Amino acid sequence: MGLRTFKGGVHPYDGKELSKSKPVKELMPQGELVFPLSQHIGAPATPVVSVGDSVLRGQKIAEAGGFVSSPIFSSVSGTVKAIEKRRVAVGDMVNSIVIESDGNMMECGFTEHEDVSALSNEEIINLIKEAGVVGMGGAGFPTHVKLSPKEPDKIEYIIANCAECEPYLTSDYRRMVEEPEKLIEGMRIVLQLFPSAKGVFGIEDNKPDCIQKLSELTKNEPRMSVQPLMTKYPQGGERQLIHAVTGRDINAKMLPADAGCIVDNVETLVAIYNGVRFGKPLMNRIFTVTGDAVADPRNFSICIGTNYAELLEAAGGLAQPAKKLISGGPMMGFSLFDTNIPTTKTTSALLCLTVDEASMYETTACINCGRCVEACPEQLVPSKLADFAERGLKADFEKWYGLECVECGSCSFGCPARRHLAQSIKTMKKQILADKRKK
Amino acid sequence: MSNLLNVTSSPHVRAKDDTQRIMLYVVISLLPATFFGIYNFGFKALVLVLVSVLSAVAAEYVFDRIVHKKNTVLDLSAVVTGLLLALNLPSSLPWWMAVLGSVFAIVVVKCLFGGLGQNFMNPALGGRVFLVLSFTGAMTDFSDYAGYADTFSGATPLATLKAGGSVDTLRMLIGNIPGTIGETSVIALLIGAIFLLLMGVIDLRIPGTYILTFAVFTVLFGGHGLDMNFLIAEICGGGLILGAFFMATDYVTSPITPMGKILFGICLGILTGIFRYFGASAEGVSYAIIFSNLLVPLIEKITIPRAFGIVREGKGGEK
Repeated sequence: MGLRTFKGGVHPYDGKELSKSKPVKELMPQGELVFPLSQHIGAPATPVVSVGDSVLRGQKIAEAGGFVSSPIFSSVSGTVKAIEKRRVAVGDMVNSIVIESDGNMMECGFTEHEDVSALSNEEIINLIKEAGVVGMGGAGFPTHVKLSPKEPDKIEYIIANCAECEPYLTSDYRRMVEEPEKLIEGMRIVLQLFPSAKGVFGIEDNKPDCIQKLSELTKNEPRMSVQPLMTKYPQGGERQLIHAVTGRDINAKMLPADAGCIVDNVETLVAIYNGVRFGKPLMNRIFTVTGDAVADPRNFSICIGTNYAELLEAAGGLAQPAKKLISGGPMMGFSLFDTNIPTTKTTSALLCLTVDEASMYETTACINCGRCVEACPEQLVPSKLADFAERGLKADFEKWYGLECVECGSCSFGCPARRHLAQSIKTMKKQILADKRKK
Repeated sequence: MSNLLNVTSSPHVRAKDDTQRIMLYVVISLLPATFFGIYNFGFKALVLVLVSVLSAVAAEYVFDRIVHKKNTVLDLSAVVTGLLLALNLPSSLPWWMAVLGSVFAIVVVKCLFGGLGQNFMNPALGGRVFLVLSFTGAMTDFSDYAGYADTFSGATPLATLKAGGSVDTLRMLIGNIPGTIGETSVIALLIGAIFLLLMGVIDLRIPGTYILTFAVFTVLFGGHGLDMNFLIAEICGGGLILGAFFMATDYVTSPITPMGKILFGICLGILTGIFRYFGASAEGVSYAIIFSNLLVPLIEKITIPRAFGIVREGKGGEK
């Protein structure tokens, strides 16, 4: 199969060489772990433990707060120290369960299912729900909801998002290199739910070893295939990935299911496998600590809830002073003012850079060069949208399709006038969507 | 970590190219034509180029000082304007007229409308048209060119064509013909244009549709049918190549929408044809570009690109 891609996009420095060759190392957490009750889209989880309770690793500490919600599990054994507001990566103070680890990692029992093919769809979905699986690529949409579309028969593609288009991130890469079988088994479970669908692994061509390995492993799987994708940001954006793999286009008002697709990220599929096959809830994930300021960039298998500062220390700390700390990748990640925050189901990396490019340049006048238009994967006109946003022209903003923005940041990245286009557009989008909810 | 860090909205990285670098690319791309012009027309051309560039830069510097604006000279856009204006002047023009043109271009056309990015008309062309209207004689005197006088007699190739004569298209490609300093050598201009295309500064949407539309218009209404000599001469002459690749593509004064760029190119081709074949003058590129500049807001309004995944209404309906 040839390379496929989407229209637009940019080519930022990818920085993956810093950590891509570092095998995943298990990291034993120390001291206290923090579990925010909102680490998914939807209603916050409700605590089912109280301060002073002893908990085991794998024990449910908060249950789903509604259908679109997800339970949370302790990743260590220890004692509940507090239930209080703590700061999370996006900057908010979120109600969290704080657990002091006893260092023993005592697990509660899990129910294995040796023959997954004997399980019914309802059983599988329930297992996924009870394992607390959410989209681990960043959005955190509860996976059991995603896997329960209105018309399951119309799902034709299950797309594994193996693009990992964000610069610097290598967690999905390491998973594909080290444990591709788990990814494939996760795909097999999802395919079992949708008998008329085929599974496609969409992988950027900067990971030829993954393309080769997965092609080899799926060569006797009639329902699975590997689709190499052009290395271009944001190739792993849901709409861009669906377009590249199927040629189908969806807009902001549609769900992937409307185009007969379900997209799941690498870690999510692995979590589905662990949850269904071994009954193990989501407690660990791969996490990359990288950036030119980090002494020894690495990939870790972390217990969710571990503090960022601890991870940074495990990577040798800072070799040079960091000017910018980012949770996630440089294109869509959240900048941090310090590292005292917990990892969650959706955090994939801590990036420490010696240069703060977003603040170092002065914004100058727009010269109408159109680079943002060429870069926009949604074929918008970001410079106009940012103008409308800055002048508060909501009607014009919507007329020029501002609400279709996927917030990928390609426009700001390429802007020679160093305008903060994405920032203005995102802010306006939030305002308009808030207005609409009020009505 | 005791010292708190900057928190900014994503993305946290930026591409290398900034406005200054883009302007530098444009300056570099104009150098082949500039050097050829100086070689062709001699020392006077060099003086005009220097005077235009320096007075454009000085005008912007002084203006910024007077109105207490941040100094924007370093973005190099004034250098581009001064250089483009010089390339649009006949080499025999008195130097003080070039100064007037530059100052008009920078102060009146650009700075008074808010500076870079706000002007609605290409500053260099605004300056040129100001000079043509003010000093018509000096601006249309191309007798300075010494070589090959017997064929061209100091008239530009297009003037010769309009008068019913024929021209040597090979000489037009190389550029040893009368004309403004920078418009004569098609080869030198194309070298610069290819550089801009390769560096991703411009794309072919505007110059391509402009030249194509003009060629079609010429065949249909030029009065010479499929006469290749006439067609090539019309395309190579009259600053069309200079205008199409370096002035019509001016970011600020051309549409930002992809379809708008194509529509803009079509407007340019048709207007240039109308001015040349139905107007009094043999040329018309400057006026075509300036006129089309005025249409840009309208063109953008009717060419709002349909966002990814939006189905045109009536064709299955918007979901």
